Amino acid sequence: MRAQFVLSEIGVGLRRNLTMTFAVVISVALSLALFGGSLLMRDQVSSMKGYWYDKVQVSIFLCNKADAEADANCSKGAVTSEQKQQIKSDLGKLDIVEQVYYESADQAYKHYKEQFKDSPLAASLTPDQMQESYRIKLKDPEKYKVIDTAFSGRAGVQSVEDQRDVLENLFNLLGGMNVAALGVMGLMLVVALLLIVNTVRVSAFSRRREIGIMRLVGASGFYIQAPFIMEAAIAGLIGAGFAGTLIVGGKYFLIDQWLAEKIPLVNFIGWDVVLTKLPLVLAIGLLMPAMAAFVALRKYLRV
Amino acid sequence: MIRFDNVSKVYPKQTRPALRDVSLEVEKGEFVFLVGSSGSGKSTFLRLILREERCSQGQVHVLGKDLARLSNWKVPQMRRQLGTVFQDFRLLPNKTVGENVAFAQEVIGKSRGEIRKSVPQVLELVGLGGKEERMPGELSGGEQQRVAIARAFVNRPKLLIADEPTGNLDPQTSVGIMKLLDRINRTGTTVVMATHDQNIVDQMRKRVIELEKGRLVRDQARGVYGYQH
Repeated sequence: MRAQFVLSEIGVGLRRNLTMTFAVVISVALSLALFGGSLLMRDQVSSMKGYWYDKVQVSIFLCNKADAEADANCSKGAVTSEQKQQIKSDLGKLDIVEQVYYESADQAYKHYKEQFKDSPLAASLTPDQMQESYRIKLKDPEKYKVIDTAFSGRAGVQSVEDQRDVLENLFNLLGGMNVAALGVMGLMLVVALLLIVNTVRVSAFSRRREIGIMRLVGASGFYIQAPFIMEAAIAGLIGAGFAGTLIVGGKYFLIDQWLAEKIPLVNFIGWDVVLTKLPLVLAIGLLMPAMAAFVALRKYLRV
Repeated sequence: MIRFDNVSKVYPKQTRPALRDVSLEVEKGEFVFLVGSSGSGKSTFLRLILREERCSQGQVHVLGKDLARLSNWKVPQMRRQLGTVFQDFRLLPNKTVGENVAFAQEVIGKSRGEIRKSVPQVLELVGLGGKEERMPGELSGGEQQRVAIARAFVNRPKLLIADEPTGNLDPQTSVGIMKLLDRINRTGTTVVMATHDQNIVDQMRKRVIELEKGRLVRDQARGVYGYQH
């Protein structure tokens, strides 16, 4: 096997089908960029989940004086200290509860001030507008229902809130976007593979003279097929290179330069996660087109 | 060298067999003409030898191998011991004469040193010494066929298959090509040549195999073309 001969054949082939090669490169690049992006998004979501689920709790908000007038759940008046004692001891008896914190109205006011110090709403707020609450950390965050049924509707309890619900919506949204990205990726990949099949067909046709002679003089099947497969692999690899550039660029410009400054609360994925995805993207970019070419050769090139 | 035992070939979707119950043997070093009208089965006969097709019944042995049992990936190895020449030359128009011949060696992985040595040698043998750098389009038909023969012979095959090699050439040029094939035959290479050229067959007085509607109707040592066309 003479490498130089094969290489020159590949060069000729890629140039001959320049437009087709471009199409393959672009569609492979886009599909792999989407693929890498959705992998990273999944990592981002799961790291966010870990981070937030660790912090979220079930909250039992207690009625204050203002609620007693406005809220139907608090029609029996503001919470009394006996009711609070009762809730606390009941919580203590539940073994799904890991820890219970009590947040007084004053503390709630302070936290609120910290969190929304720029908001004009915070300035007009007074401590007695805030609610007292029990913040409960569960051993298993999924067991929220137990707390809800036990304490909702009890005298002095305004509401039981699972903070997970709020995040769950966000994560569902991100998950949906991820599925959509994967769907588009799948379509692009199909387009890329069909393009490759077509490219192989065209170049097998334009090289039928050479191939006929190669077969007659006894060139091995591998020798005949190698240029086609390598062509597809090289086009795919170039596409994967672009995809990698897009992913790295996306991490740098979109996340580091833009999102990380806009949303400092969120802990974004780091470079290590991004870089570990690149070999996978390159490998897929190399192997998928090569396999597509191989399959196409079975059909269009009798050896 | 070649042995056909009761070989029949039916192409898919066709009821009439292209070859029917053909049995014959070609010994090493023979020169055999294969004659018969169009559609008599000559091409099928050659395609079976090259294992472009497999026979439907019977057995084809080439170079001592049963082609039905030869697995696909061993076919290239088998073909390296065969040379093939066609009516339409089948040269690569964008390669020079030398490159065309070298191509047959490159694609089976011969070393560059070997190619550089054998290409001028074989071109000299076919009478094209010094025309290495010419393009096939600049050559006459007879010269192009000589290039094709050089390419078929450069790997020193044991068997040369020629499918109407003089079909596109005038009588005078054809004689030159036949002399060349005869010379190759004298080096010990078996030659099987399908032809419609009555004069050539009559002049050469070699073994003649005639096919008619797929049947072997004549196998004659030192034969002539025949009585009817």
